[in-house]
Amino acid sequence: MADALAELPYATQDGGSPLLAVRGLEAWYGESHILHGVNIDIHEGEVVTLLGRNGAGKTTTLRSIMGVVPKRSGSVHYAGRELIGARSDIIARAGIAWCPEERGIFASLDVTENLMLPPVVRPGGLPVDEIYELFPNLKERASSQGTKLSGGEQQMLAIARILRTGAKLLLLDEPSEGLAPVIVQQIGHTIRALKQRGFTVLLVEQNFRFAQTVADRHYVMEHGKVVDMVRNDELATSMDRLHEYLGV
Amino acid sequence: MDEIFGIPAPLLFGQLLLGLINGAFYAMLSLGLAVIFGLLNIINFTHGAQFMMGAFVAWMLLAWAGVGYWGALILAPLIVGATGVVIERLMISRLYKLDHLYGLLLTFGIGLIVEGVFRNYFGSSGLPYRIPDALQGAWDLGFMFLPIYRGWVVVFSLVICLATWLVIEKTRLGAYLRAATENAPLVQAFGVNVPRMITLTYGAGVALAALAGVLAAPIYSVNPQMGTNLIIIVFAVVVIGGMGSILGSVLTGFGLGVVEGMTKVFWPEASSTVIFVIMAIVLLTRPAGLFGRA
Repeated sequence: MADALAELPYATQDGGSPLLAVRGLEAWYGESHILHGVNIDIHEGEVVTLLGRNGAGKTTTLRSIMGVVPKRSGSVHYAGRELIGARSDIIARAGIAWCPEERGIFASLDVTENLMLPPVVRPGGLPVDEIYELFPNLKERASSQGTKLSGGEQQMLAIARILRTGAKLLLLDEPSEGLAPVIVQQIGHTIRALKQRGFTVLLVEQNFRFAQTVADRHYVMEHGKVVDMVRNDELATSMDRLHEYLGV
Repeated sequence: MDEIFGIPAPLLFGQLLLGLINGAFYAMLSLGLAVIFGLLNIINFTHGAQFMMGAFVAWMLLAWAGVGYWGALILAPLIVGATGVVIERLMISRLYKLDHLYGLLLTFGIGLIVEGVFRNYFGSSGLPYRIPDALQGAWDLGFMFLPIYRGWVVVFSLVICLATWLVIEKTRLGAYLRAATENAPLVQAFGVNVPRMITLTYGAGVALAALAGVLAAPIYSVNPQMGTNLIIIVFAVVVIGGMGSILGSVLTGFGLGVVEGMTKVFWPEASSTVIFVIMAIVLLTRPAGLFGRA
């Protein structure tokens, strides 16, 4: 099935060469072999989700693209550069930013310090004023300790701080997880706003209903591989297939 | 004002000053240990030897190159800090994936080797180092004589501790350092060269130890054991203050120096053990230390 998938047509609206091309990506944690040849293409300006059940390898895929797994192989090609052998700080400086599942808000830093922590890697990041427009709560809580924020505010902060850096590709790991519906809506609104501003997003989601409100395309993962790809506008006709994959 | 609590005032203030001076060294050394431990998760047992190296490099600069105290105050920390950078790159960095115990054993071993080498070349009797001319003499404060150099040590180390605290708590570099202490992989994934930061942090901690060594050179004789004697107490200070806290190690350092000095006045026999008694009590009641985060 994976071989067939390598031949899948990845063509999107603009057709050109993808911003991120992942080929045959494999990853290990110690002895456990988690990814078994993941193939993904994302074009500039797209919002793409990784769907799949728990343990399918979605989070590991993001971590492998970011270079924060102990061992990985295959190919991660981004904006004309091969990054499979690069350290995570080099990958960040190439223009990829990561918002981890556990959010990674620093307890010893206040909100402003958390927001200003990631270094600017290239020009073109959002100015701080605009970030505060997107996330007004953060401005009000500027001098609070980072981990004193509510779960939703911490998620906003975790997304907000990678918008300043000039990174063009955002890897968001389950931003909706554990949040109240109204906050999830707000995050959905944010992701659509980011797409409008030209960001490219690879989003890991368990929440399929949320994913379909923000994404252009969906990759489905099973057992450490991408097994299917569905365009958001073909969702209605592919529902049965997706239900089977996701068990929803 | 001749006697306070039945103790002659000059004796009391004299011991208070001695306590502050010892406290200044405790504070500077435990500060370096805390910074290193925070980021590297390694208890740097070479710290005492690096303090001693600071004093020796000051002596060498004077004896062999004619560079005096003020030059040594800048050069010796840089030179000894550079040796720290080399040690971290060549040896300590290979141990981060192993249990912390290996780092402890390695730095302990390096400390023994360094001390042995210095004892071999310089003997153990100690070398004299003159107080610089500008800091000679003493002020008559009315109730006691204050040797100017000793006052300088207390004030200068306070300034250094404050500056270190400011860098760590109030600057961008300090924010990287605090963040990496919590979650180094994430800070690196933001684009910060964390391995280089770790190397430089170790170098900076070592440089702090060497700076304390230069300050100590005119007070204690410059000898290969000078670090060993001090560092055991400093480890107790760090345990009492708590490993994580910068301000905590400074306050604890000065505070315990004073406690030790006062014990010398009121119960001289207990003065060499009082810090360890406090350490035991703190370990039993607040294992994370007075200022540590549990």
